[in-house]
Amino acid sequence: MYVAVKGGEAAIANAHSLLADRRRGDRSVPALRLDQIVEQLALGVDRVMSEGSLYDRELAALAIVQARGDMIEAIFLVRAYRTTLPRFGYSKPIDTGTMRVERRVSATYKDLPGGQLLGPTFDYTHRLLDPELAASADVAEPLQREAEAQAMPRVSAILAREGLIEPDGEMPQDHVPGDITREPLEFPMARDIRLQALSRGDEGFLLALGYSTQRGYARNHPFVGEIRIGEVELELDVPELPFAAPLGTVRVTECQMVNQFKGSAKAPPQFTRGYGLVFGQSERKAMAMALCDRALRASELGEDIVAAAQDEEFVISHSDNVQATGFVEHLKLPHYVDFQAELDLVRRMRAEYEARENPAKAEEKREAAE
Amino acid sequence: MRGQEARDQAERKAAMATLAQSSGDDIVRLWNEASLPSQAELLRGPETGLVTLRGRIGGGGAPFNVGEATVTRATVRLPSGQVGHCYALGRDKQKAKLAAIADALWQDPARRAEVETSLIAPLRSALTTAQEKRRAETAATKVDFFTMVRGED
Amino acid sequence: MDIAAQSIEGGFADSVFNAQTVFRAVMDAMARPGSVQPLSALARPPAPLSATAGAVALALCDNDTPLWLDPALHASAAVISWLGFHSGAPLANTPADAHFAFVATPAEMMALDGFSQGTQDYPDRSTTLILQVSDFTSGAPLRLEGPGIETSATIAPAQMPRHFTEQWKQNNKRFPRGVDIILATSEGLACLPRTTRIKTMEA
Repeated sequence: MYVAVKGGEAAIANAHSLLADRRRGDRSVPALRLDQIVEQLALGVDRVMSEGSLYDRELAALAIVQARGDMIEAIFLVRAYRTTLPRFGYSKPIDTGTMRVERRVSATYKDLPGGQLLGPTFDYTHRLLDPELAASADVAEPLQREAEAQAMPRVSAILAREGLIEPDGEMPQDHVPGDITREPLEFPMARDIRLQALSRGDEGFLLALGYSTQRGYARNHPFVGEIRIGEVELELDVPELPFAAPLGTVRVTECQMVNQFKGSAKAPPQFTRGYGLVFGQSERKAMAMALCDRALRASELGEDIVAAAQDEEFVISHSDNVQATGFVEHLKLPHYVDFQAELDLVRRMRAEYEARENPAKAEEKREAAE
Repeated sequence: MRGQEARDQAERKAAMATLAQSSGDDIVRLWNEASLPSQAELLRGPETGLVTLRGRIGGGGAPFNVGEATVTRATVRLPSGQVGHCYALGRDKQKAKLAAIADALWQDPARRAEVETSLIAPLRSALTTAQEKRRAETAATKVDFFTMVRGED
Repeated sequence: MDIAAQSIEGGFADSVFNAQTVFRAVMDAMARPGSVQPLSALARPPAPLSATAGAVALALCDNDTPLWLDPALHASAAVISWLGFHSGAPLANTPADAHFAFVATPAEMMALDGFSQGTQDYPDRSTTLILQVSDFTSGAPLRLEGPGIETSATIAPAQMPRHFTEQWKQNNKRFPRGVDIILATSEGLACLPRTTRIKTMEA
């Protein structure tokens, strides 16, 4: 229960100016510029863009500064900003097959067309802290090598030639892609809506669920068919132009998870797939999303639902960290009247309990009180 | 004639794509260097809004919504009557306005060559150089597998 | 070129303040059914879309609100492209898919129950109808009662849909579902929300 209580305005105003001071910190240290964050904390910026569900590097960087580096707070700020803007439309679906690839690896095929490109990865680093970074040492220019003009088909297309993998996910002919920013969630939901929720879902939550599927809770034998990171062109159909308006390019991470599948009453033995597509360079998130997408297809594929990661309502209802933080954090707001009511209730129950357990003592107490 | 129209549209779209991908600073610098006219009536915007970005399930399947991106658009009319449009990712209103004027100038047969050579070509060449550099840097991280021979025949 | 020119001109001169002005007028008219809220011509749409109806479209409609146009409006390519350019709203496939419906000739319009009536869970998902009428005085008088009206209010819009009083009675019966109506003239607008009842006039 909420009760209007006046007071606290001065305290709130002072707390906010104290926040501003602490956020700035020691004035002898130069203030952070947004371009420094965009350039040097790029993966943090990417996380805020993907979970804030808004592709805009500078805004994400601003949110990170304003939130003092608290990522969920930054995501919250970005989500709030989004709601102030009108929507011009829905883009044409991006084609990840024509991506300008900056990283591309496959764990299933060594020699795939286009090759394995490691790109700027943490993989194979030794995870030793590097004191040179603290000393702001100069960084050498990266090496270059002549790039071969070779097409880079998605690995799923290669597997499809053998007929052993299910096709890309199709929806019924007249299906209009659902949009969780316009329509309330309803369960069970179509896969397209689930993917939208997963793409903006909390990385930690999805990572833990993905991990749980590997540890035997809804095991589905995953392999990374392919991860690719790079820029894709974005286009929007508008009535005033005779062609789709080119908007520029966005960087996305795509993960095709390939899963062995023994077959069921609904489908023959084959490889099935989970799909991840996330803003920016967000590899772990794209992998976790793909694992969860596959696990959530349990009923579609006729599998028994035995684990949390397969429970659509559980996963999707709890994957949004803005929603989650709102409900958890509201607990610290005044609940004085609520608590008074509970206090009265517990006192009464305790009195009844004592009367039951120890009637003599309770009687004594009552008499003493009188 | 129809072939010519299709080629014109493809070229116009390519010019708009170059403008959309270029930075506002680069556009302003080249604009001033070439002394392109910036006089135009604003018919809409420049205004910032959202475009919902769509992907495809499995990469090539049914479309789904991934998330939004900020986009700024503008529509202008030149004193000579041509109407130009711009849609570009981000929130740079100055860029959107100039790009819309560039699109309008591009449609004027008398100005097209000037816009192409003094604005679009240098922007395109800068973008291509940057993309080639990235591609070459990525190519240097390509894994060259070699097979270890174990044992003897 | 002509249609192209007509379709990009005549938007709001000041999109934020003009939209707020129109929104305020619609809100007040909805809150006080039957009252006439004056509205100057803030938009200049191509005929037969009227200035007031056009301004309402620019204030209320966007990419997420499919529109339905009556045959008179739908016949004008200029109207369709003007609405598309300035509001971004797509055309609805059927009247039942429309969030807003614009009607230039209400006397010839289809029945109210052909539009979306909303659902019991989401009654807000019904169609809002914008009817272009010539004035609020020369038609058959409608005596209005209901929330937002102290005792009763009377307007006499011309021309209204056929059998309007009977149709409106049916609309009332569907509550909380049902359509809402915005009546637009060149001077301003008045509203008939679904909560408003029309009291039958005795001769």
